[in-house]
Amino acid sequence: MAKTHAGAPPYRPAGCAGVSLPKSTKPPISGAEIRMLVYPVIDTHPCGNDVIMEDRGFLARRELQTLIDALKHAGYRVVAPRVVDHAIQYLDLDHADQLPHGWQDTQAPGSYRLTQSDETRCFAWANGPQALKPYLFKSREVLWHSQRETDGNLSFHTDETEPQALAVIGVRACDLAALALHDQHFLERIPDPYYAAQRKKLLLIAVHCSHPADTCFCVSTGDGPRAQSGCDLALSELDDGYLVEVGSPAGESLIEALPLENATTEQHAQANAQIEHATRAQQRSLPSRNLRDRLFVRLNHPRWQAVAERCLSCGNCTSVCPTCFCHQETQVPTLGGDSSEHVREWDSCFTQGHSYMHGFIVRPETEHRYRQWLTHKLGSWHDQYGRSGCVGCGRCITWCPVGIDITEEAYAICGTPPADGGEA
Amino acid sequence: MAKPSIAVHKFSSCDGCQLAFLNAGEDLLTLSELIDIRHFLEAGMADEEAKVDIAFVEGSISTDEEIERIARVRANSDFVVTIGACATAGGLQALRNLDDNHEAWKNAIYAKPQFITTLDYARPVKELIKVDFELWGCPVNGRQVLAAVQQLLFGVAPLQSNDKVCMECKRTHTVCVMVAENRPCMGPVTRTGCGALCPRFGRDCYACFGPAENINGPAMAARLQGLGLPPADVARRFLFINSQAGDFHEIGRQSYRRGFDDD
Repeated sequence: MAKTHAGAPPYRPAGCAGVSLPKSTKPPISGAEIRMLVYPVIDTHPCGNDVIMEDRGFLARRELQTLIDALKHAGYRVVAPRVVDHAIQYLDLDHADQLPHGWQDTQAPGSYRLTQSDETRCFAWANGPQALKPYLFKSREVLWHSQRETDGNLSFHTDETEPQALAVIGVRACDLAALALHDQHFLERIPDPYYAAQRKKLLLIAVHCSHPADTCFCVSTGDGPRAQSGCDLALSELDDGYLVEVGSPAGESLIEALPLENATTEQHAQANAQIEHATRAQQRSLPSRNLRDRLFVRLNHPRWQAVAERCLSCGNCTSVCPTCFCHQETQVPTLGGDSSEHVREWDSCFTQGHSYMHGFIVRPETEHRYRQWLTHKLGSWHDQYGRSGCVGCGRCITWCPVGIDITEEAYAICGTPPADGGEA
Repeated sequence: MAKPSIAVHKFSSCDGCQLAFLNAGEDLLTLSELIDIRHFLEAGMADEEAKVDIAFVEGSISTDEEIERIARVRANSDFVVTIGACATAGGLQALRNLDDNHEAWKNAIYAKPQFITTLDYARPVKELIKVDFELWGCPVNGRQVLAAVQQLLFGVAPLQSNDKVCMECKRTHTVCVMVAENRPCMGPVTRTGCGALCPRFGRDCYACFGPAENINGPAMAARLQGLGLPPADVARRFLFINSQAGDFHEIGRQSYRRGFDDD
């Protein structure tokens, strides 16, 4: 059942350099037994709890391959950002030279462009259409098979194959915040064994964001640009290499294989300056981290109709959203009807099927679908998960074919100027 | 109990949709064990007047002979299922419906137009007879056709997605060709079922599966114009293959008229 938290909205602690935010009032996480089952060593993946990332030194860029080799040697499938089909995509990677050397992104509502320069950096961009979500909450997945036996009875089977351990290089602070939300949803409320199987074999190497896109607003949601917790290693990218921080025992053992040098004061200063810059560069924001009450008293606001006139109801926003988890399940029988696969695939509150209930469509109109999305994402998530469902990655703005901007709509509907910041 | 029987009838079309059956490979063998195929000229079974449980109809109605024949198909069949854009929404040949100028086009295209006997308009099958189920696409694919057959065999109404192609693009991790490359992709208004075939190969969807549910034609047309398409090209995007589908027809005709005004 939905948990409700009275009183002040429980923010995730964020604290970009120089920004003071309220300490977390998140209640102790329920379902502890399940967590123990999933995470034998809880410290490995703090799942949203604070962990002090510890500096360990400097890795020259020419040594990046040793990190990849160490991961492969330890049995990990390695996934990292690559430029494929005009976008930064997290894909399998063998060599450091496959990273997006010199690539930068230019994002705007409804537009994503990559350009390459002579720069040596590999992470001088904000994000691509997806990051971790497709690896844990798969876009299409067979949950179980059923078989009609010769005696007429049905038997049910699941695929018990353990996934290979997965290491993801280059995740952003917003991705980690989204992962912590998905952990709440898929591990705590109703434990999902399919998500959990990969989640417990996941190693995360974050890279602090130094080049936010024009569509980014993670400072406003309190989720970035610095990766504060929930990762095994965190890197600050400098012109000639990486400052390395450790956030878990798994990360600790990984760096034993790396030829780290002592980091200089200048390097630390530059890394901090980059994050400071990434913080100040962000222009977009949400009116507040908790819009729940403001939204739910504005269900008849004329803006819902206005946005519906532009909205294509195509579901791109929800598909690229790293926290959206809606799905549909269908039976896919073989032609002879002797066996069947039970398939789960991504759905969206912008489809007709999402609100179909036994011959009745609850939300036939785009106006109501958009309202459902926004009031859930920014409103009732607070009741369900103790925070907003938005981590400020800006993907829904960029990948909307008609460039609808969630921050603009939130301001228009909640009607509070950016300077205010107060509650309804 | 007798096996359920089917017929596959061809009207004005290119025959491509029938290939969805013929290309099914091993599934076609399974299918032939489950059902009795009574009429299917392309596969060698000829009994046009056979009474069947399910008739699949390919092609639009564009001659007098076809008007009579489709009525007999309806009378001989418990279920009628249209397969493909021609039968479901007119197809390419329905482009002649757009400007009431059939004779001029016929005379311009055919070397000996006196041998061509066609109606002035190409009609979707549902304008002539009651259609129980429609399979969209140019062409339809085997997965769609076999799923429909199978669900009818199970005794349930066939289900098919009416979501937008965008949903399938995202499920297949296809990068949006409109957002990343400015291509005039019709995915946001087009019904899925193709598995996002074109975007997966880096080209824009051209709407061959017809309109999805709850489309926003004016916003889509405005976006295409924003990408630099003149109104006549916007009209072509909507009217190319499924011009007789209501949602596409309406918005396409608006741009079509504007396109002529621009000339």
